[in-house]
Amino acid sequence: MDPTQSTLVQAQGLLRTRQISAVELTQAFLERIDRINPVINAYITVDHDGALEAARAADRCLRAGNATPLTGIPIGVKDLFCTENVRTTCGSRMLANFRPPYESTVTRRLKEAGAVILGKTNMDEFAMGSSNETSFFGPVRNPWDIGRIPGGSSGGSAAALAAHLALATIGSDTGGSIRQPAALTGISGLKPTYGRISRYGMIAFASSLDQAGPLARDAADIAVVLQILAGHDPMDSTSIEADVPDYFNTLANRLDGLRIGIPEEYHPDGLDPEIRCALKEAERVLLDLGASIIPVSLPHTRYAIPTYYIIAPAEASSNLARYDGIRFGYRCQEPKDLNDLYTRTRSEGFGPEVRRRIMLGTYVLSSGYYDAYYRKAQKVRRLIAQDFHQAFEAVDLLLTPTTPGTAFPLGERVDDPVAMYLSDIFTINVNLAGLPGMSIPCGVDQRGLPIGMQMIAPVLKEERVLATAHAFQCATSWHQRQPEL
Amino acid sequence: MSITAETVKHVANLARLKVDESGLPALVRQLSDILGLVEQLNELDTGNVVPMSHALDQPMPERADEVTNSNRREAMLANAPDTSQGYFRVPKIIE
Amino acid sequence: MTYDPNYETVIGLEVHAQMLTRSKIFCGCPTTFGSEANGQICPVCAAFPGVLPVLNTELVRMAIKTGLAIRGTIRHHSEFARKNYFYPDLPAGYQISQFELPIIEGGELIIVAQDGVPKRIGMTRIHMEVDAGKSLHEGIQGASWVDLNRTGTPLLEIVSEPDLGTAQEAGDYLKKLRSILRYLQVCDGNMEEGSFRCDANVSVRKRGATRLGTRTELKNLNSIRNVMRAIEYEAERQIDALESGIPVVQETRLWDANQNVTRSMRGKEEAHDYRYFPEPDLPPLIISQQRIEAIREQLPELPDAKGQRFMSQLGLSEYDAGVLTASREMAMFFEETVRAGAQPKAAANWISVELLGRLNREGLDIEQSRVTPVHLGRLLVLIQNNEISGKMAKDVFDLMLASGTGPDQIVQERGLKQVSDSVAIGAIIDQVLAQNPQQVQQFRQGKTKVIGFLVGQVMKASQGQANPATVNALLQEKLSG
Repeated sequence: MDPTQSTLVQAQGLLRTRQISAVELTQAFLERIDRINPVINAYITVDHDGALEAARAADRCLRAGNATPLTGIPIGVKDLFCTENVRTTCGSRMLANFRPPYESTVTRRLKEAGAVILGKTNMDEFAMGSSNETSFFGPVRNPWDIGRIPGGSSGGSAAALAAHLALATIGSDTGGSIRQPAALTGISGLKPTYGRISRYGMIAFASSLDQAGPLARDAADIAVVLQILAGHDPMDSTSIEADVPDYFNTLANRLDGLRIGIPEEYHPDGLDPEIRCALKEAERVLLDLGASIIPVSLPHTRYAIPTYYIIAPAEASSNLARYDGIRFGYRCQEPKDLNDLYTRTRSEGFGPEVRRRIMLGTYVLSSGYYDAYYRKAQKVRRLIAQDFHQAFEAVDLLLTPTTPGTAFPLGERVDDPVAMYLSDIFTINVNLAGLPGMSIPCGVDQRGLPIGMQMIAPVLKEERVLATAHAFQCATSWHQRQPEL
Repeated sequence: MSITAETVKHVANLARLKVDESGLPALVRQLSDILGLVEQLNELDTGNVVPMSHALDQPMPERADEVTNSNRREAMLANAPDTSQGYFRVPKIIE
Repeated sequence: MTYDPNYETVIGLEVHAQMLTRSKIFCGCPTTFGSEANGQICPVCAAFPGVLPVLNTELVRMAIKTGLAIRGTIRHHSEFARKNYFYPDLPAGYQISQFELPIIEGGELIIVAQDGVPKRIGMTRIHMEVDAGKSLHEGIQGASWVDLNRTGTPLLEIVSEPDLGTAQEAGDYLKKLRSILRYLQVCDGNMEEGSFRCDANVSVRKRGATRLGTRTELKNLNSIRNVMRAIEYEAERQIDALESGIPVVQETRLWDANQNVTRSMRGKEEAHDYRYFPEPDLPPLIISQQRIEAIREQLPELPDAKGQRFMSQLGLSEYDAGVLTASREMAMFFEETVRAGAQPKAAANWISVELLGRLNREGLDIEQSRVTPVHLGRLLVLIQNNEISGKMAKDVFDLMLASGTGPDQIVQERGLKQVSDSVAIGAIIDQVLAQNPQQVQQFRQGKTKVIGFLVGQVMKASQGQANPATVNALLQEKLSG
């Protein structure tokens, strides 16, 4: 059996029972990456030596019997998690040669758990994009159709899984960057509650919205990875101090008594009929599993995109001011004075979408516009969050489509930022409210492209989302479909 | 809401970004489109709403006043494009 | 310099005080100075990608202490904000500061104006923020060098209301504020080294006018004297301009201490638009009343209260009380001297006249005095007990100051102990009277003033050790007998 075709939980079994060693498992993935990555471009950096060294250490732990659930598990990490002495580019020319002198909390926890980090996955530059076309290292291709985008910004993490180039990957999600690519590549992806996973060492896009999360083949695999990543970190002042439940052992087969809300605003007239159909079918499955379906309303939904496109660029414009060509990163050739150093370094080091968002964010914060834009958006953000809190008084979970359409062709929306921004219309609200949200596959369109559904839970109720997803996946096989490569 | 070319240049200066004259019309159009999207917020009366600047309501943690870092100068300078005698080197700052 | 009587000056001061925490505001780097350039930086304070700030609890405590000391309101909910601008010594491209919701609002400081009447200076706010790094320019060809060691050092920005009317008041305000911060042990107050920095907002208006004039902001004021001189210059400059029909321009001006002028930074200054917004990496700072009260209980006695107590309980004059509470160290020295047994008024005299006079000559601070308060107290006890004379005590004091040894040892080693024994003194007197028959004769003829000469001879013969009072009494007795 080809171990790259297994799930994380299956591979765990193979390692535990010594049917395969961590080194063999890692080598199988590295060989597959060497073969397939040139087509998909899911990885920016493959760390052959580091991965094999970690695999050897994992084998020692497995032999010694002190393995964790992640010991020896090959994982890909989005290239915005700082890895000590391993290049961390954030998909940008600005950081094309940056070797951090520190480790992100996410990668530190993975390493301490014995995981094998295969490499750093491709992404939209500074996580700004919904198609993975803004990466300085070239677009990622969707394994289901290499003429199409995999979604973004964690497009590399999603495509790597769909192409079986890792057993799990880590992404980040500011406005849908885990869930949207998961939906478009037919895998499962969870954005936990804001603050559930530390942001320390995760290169910031929009600090009040950014959240790391796992992508994997199914809910059970995600539960295993989340267990390692979740929990308070004293290095992150916004990290939540709350106990971490046992995600794996709370996975369910039945959903009796679960009240699932269907927000009407997420089924607009223009919604792709195939997606509407797939969601209807999913509702029927959930009903069969014992859940009840209740219509609800989130009246401020349509304001999410404009709210997000004020808050996120505003925070980004400030977060990205540190890229000045002085302490690290790209620096322009022969700056003639300080201003020249700043402007040329930043204009040459950042791509057009990043520059556009910095401009937008600078504008909405600038003197005379702050109240009209930024403060207004923060107020609307509260209204959006209150919509969710009210809905959760009547239901336990919300079910929505993850995206308004399936994967679109490369290049289709590159020059139309507004059209591109609208592809995050169903995911952005969840970030604004800080809630956990997960996308899992629930169907295909006529081209055979995956369709995803999103489940949203109240704050810190990740286990509810995972349990629902697991029950759904026990009853369906959408998550087991694989692209031909 | 449309934005003028002058404003775009002013904002570019604040953000230390260069805008080529050739790229200016496209940028003006794109930023105007995005701001057009943002206009919708004016439909909402938010007079009594408290702005939300953090995703969750939780207080600030504080750390003990302890020195935990030692001299890491070499590692901290290793990524710098230009250094001199342990300093970061930049074009002359005009006083 | 004299002010035009038709105008009044309006001054508000912004002080940046470095807090004496061990570690930086948001990371575990040390705040001590003297290490090699960039030897005290880490990914957090040097703003590497993805790092996050975690607030130093000691800074919060120091801010609350300071707020209580100036009778300000401690906000139960305050927030940090980002102030965005590009500069090489500001690695993040923004300064983490407080803007709309500072930790302290309001408050007051009482200064004693020139006419001796106390004047209340209102405080606007105190907020916490990070310090920037340093750039080196001099002697470097075509480049500047950046050292980020100071980056992330915690600052309090302390802003007064525009309640100060003269340069003298500004100076008094700064001395008072600095003294309070030192009493609280939150800032060393060293202006030359930049741990206590001041910018002044200065405007002038016709006396009696209600609207404030256009103000300028003065920077580069690295001593209290320079603050005062710059304000004086600037007020004159503005009055001259207005009198010549030239409006004052709102701008930042640099003080040139060599030329004694302020200079416009116009042209060199960017049009600033700081784009403040709430710091998303730091949740609101919530401070309970309980925490405030716990800190209030630990507040030390502050200079005004101490001065009052020195006057009411120890009987000091207002002047002495002022001198002895000018700094925390001075007050501690005085109180320890008294605790060692000295009478308060004598201790006050000896410290403010003898000790400070000598220390000033040597350019030393009271902390550097080689005479300890315990030794001084002991010396004053010796005087009080008539064991040495006041005159001799000054010689002992000089020896104490030079050697650092205690008075008992000096008195003993040099045999300086005062002799009050009437038998011993009587023997010396007999000897002196025998050697000076002429003066004895004169005394008996009514020229009683000559006794002064005889006392002097006895003192001389006793090598100054005889108690002058005893000598006097015995001489009277023997001459009359």
